[in-house]
Amino acid sequence: MNHVLRAYGDREGDGMVQMSFVLALPPSARAREAAKRFAEEHGLKEPLVATMEPCAEGYSYFVVYGHSTHSVDVSKIEVAEVRTGALSRDEIEHRISARLGRKIVVVGACTGSDAHTVGIDAILNYKGFAGDKGLESYKGFDAHNLGAQVENEELAARARALKADVILVSQVITQRNCHKDNSLAFEQLVTKQGWRKDVLLLLGGPRIDHALALELGFDAGFGPGTKPSDVASFIVDRLCGPQEREGAS
Amino acid sequence: MARVPMDETKVAACRALAARVADDVQRYIDGHTSVGVERTILRAFGVEGLGDEGAPLVNLAVDRCHQAGLLSRGISFFLGRALIAGAESAQDAAERIAYAPELDRGEGGPSADEARVALAAHTEEALARIDRARDQREALRARIAPGATPLKYVIVATGNIYDDAVQAKAAAFAGADVIAVIRATAQSLLDYVPHGATTEGYGGTFATQENFRIVRQAVEEATEQYGRYIHQTNYSSGLCMAEIAWMAAVERLDMLLNDAMYGILFRDINMCRTFVDQYVSRRIIARSGIVINTGEDNYLTTADAVEKAHTVLASQFVNEAFALRAGLREEQMGLGHAYEIDPWLEDSFLLEIAQAQLIRQIFARHPIKWMPPTKHKTGDVFQSHVHDAMFNLVGVTTHQSIELLGMFSEAIHNPMLMDRYLSLKATRYVFGAAKHLGDEIEFKRDGIVAKRAVQVLDEAHALLEEVARDGIWDAIGKGAFADVKRTREGGKGYAGVVARAADYVNPILDALEAPVKLNAS
Repeated sequence: MNHVLRAYGDREGDGMVQMSFVLALPPSARAREAAKRFAEEHGLKEPLVATMEPCAEGYSYFVVYGHSTHSVDVSKIEVAEVRTGALSRDEIEHRISARLGRKIVVVGACTGSDAHTVGIDAILNYKGFAGDKGLESYKGFDAHNLGAQVENEELAARARALKADVILVSQVITQRNCHKDNSLAFEQLVTKQGWRKDVLLLLGGPRIDHALALELGFDAGFGPGTKPSDVASFIVDRLCGPQEREGAS
Repeated sequence: MARVPMDETKVAACRALAARVADDVQRYIDGHTSVGVERTILRAFGVEGLGDEGAPLVNLAVDRCHQAGLLSRGISFFLGRALIAGAESAQDAAERIAYAPELDRGEGGPSADEARVALAAHTEEALARIDRARDQREALRARIAPGATPLKYVIVATGNIYDDAVQAKAAAFAGADVIAVIRATAQSLLDYVPHGATTEGYGGTFATQENFRIVRQAVEEATEQYGRYIHQTNYSSGLCMAEIAWMAAVERLDMLLNDAMYGILFRDINMCRTFVDQYVSRRIIARSGIVINTGEDNYLTTADAVEKAHTVLASQFVNEAFALRAGLREEQMGLGHAYEIDPWLEDSFLLEIAQAQLIRQIFARHPIKWMPPTKHKTGDVFQSHVHDAMFNLVGVTTHQSIELLGMFSEAIHNPMLMDRYLSLKATRYVFGAAKHLGDEIEFKRDGIVAKRAVQVLDEAHALLEEVARDGIWDAIGKGAFADVKRTREGGKGYAGVVARAADYVNPILDALEAPVKLNAS
């Protein structure tokens, strides 16, 4: 069954959206009209140019509201979802101890030139993120955070030495898609060294989603807002089998 | 005025403890040099250019001496001898060191003193060069005054220096007072300074002398055009911190990110190397009247901003002590701190005010650098904009000196033109609307703010006692700062540290260390 949606402003189907952008024109009646037409080209009906201000010499900043004529049929969407909902801490610990009987070794790093450890720290370090404690805080994980600016070769070598079950690659700052090149290169390195099948490769960062990670040869991708328990749940699902059903032995 | 309680005796005790920490390290510094320091000295003597394979000549010359185990006598010793042997200039002398078929091993021939004499005029010219640059900058600042504090500091980071220059001027138009060209990620780990104008870089633009010059021209044009002095800043950190300091001094930069411990903690640069290099960089900075910005704000991105607030203050005392030993005036010490407490924590705003005001009072003459929230930012730009407004309110109320503006697109991308414009506009509003708020209000004597200030100073004092007892080397080993642990011989760049010989020659450093009378600026 089709399920068509428009952006929701004040009423179902009104398609109301806001846009803000800069055009290389000083403010003028012509600039205002240009902003209006620019919005129309994006499918906005009756665009209202709410703000036009000079934001640099020869440049204007605009805020425009309008009714988007576009819609999406959500019934036709297929996306790869990592999983829905995280397991509880007890469930995670239980499954690791009961089904694996040893700690899961997780090695994480920000690779290449990336110096921003915010993401990897939030997932791995004890402190965690938004009240959700990091992998270090679980008895079932042996987490190693290698920090920033780790070269692919070094990460591979350290992960092998630690007998990693899971490798977490974080890519925060990116320019001209270097996060993709770098991640792809890591996956290829592991494959070339012949131990790809022995390890789960996870990718994380503000520009990462699950589909992109799969495209780059990783096992999963985690975008903004991911909590440590989300990552832990995915790992447990993969390494310790699916959730026990009620009543199942 | 909104002051928090501050125990003067305890502050004095903190300074005494920090002095002990710094004195211990200074003894080490005074006995060592590094490849980075020696390259700086060559640059100061005017040596420039690249070898056939693109490596800077200063690297080729210093590395050759270092590999031959000769660097303990100082590159100046060999440079002086090459001049005595007939080199036409310092450049020619450096080329001889780098390329001569037979490397001068310093045996026989001219003595250390004779080398110093041969370099006397060159030394004088080197110092005159940065003195002239300082005077030129001060003259412009005297003619066209900077804006009101807190100075509004923004970052440009396109990767292309020519775009950076355009964006710098756009930011000045929108009200910025300080322009930082953020460096390409990982430049801090390069053991050489790239050369020339650069148009490609990830996460930022390379710091090169030519790039400094290009942005300097843009900010000076903006200064004239908008009738407000626009400051330029860059990064004197990493394995080339002293070389960058020299280039910045020559190119009249106003500020430099420069920290005695940042590289150790956050870039895993060896601590011996960092301590030696930071000292020489700061000697140059002191002479050229540049304001440093220290990096304590970073501590709170790895450690918890409530539990570890005192580590920021303790580190500021240590940074101050190191800076004093390198000849910096307090007016040059932009000690850093940040608004990084979890915004959803009840009364987080009060805790931020307490810390900001405490630091303002303790470091009364210092141009304190106030950094925006980053750690708890998400992709919700609207929420982020509100978060920054609260940060701005603390900044203006507690009279911070230099404020790096928060960007609503933090955690998404490097700031775009529109992002900076909106940030500057919102900041202008808050700074204007609450301009005298701090002079109008008082904090309750036993209230949350007052108690928090007392607690942070107490904890900083206790931490400094530990650090002074253990020495900084071991304290860092135990993770005293930013929860990061480093070892004395670990990290990058340790192989480039050399113990000075008894007859070590370095007339530039000697001149920088000599007491000088500077014109009041």
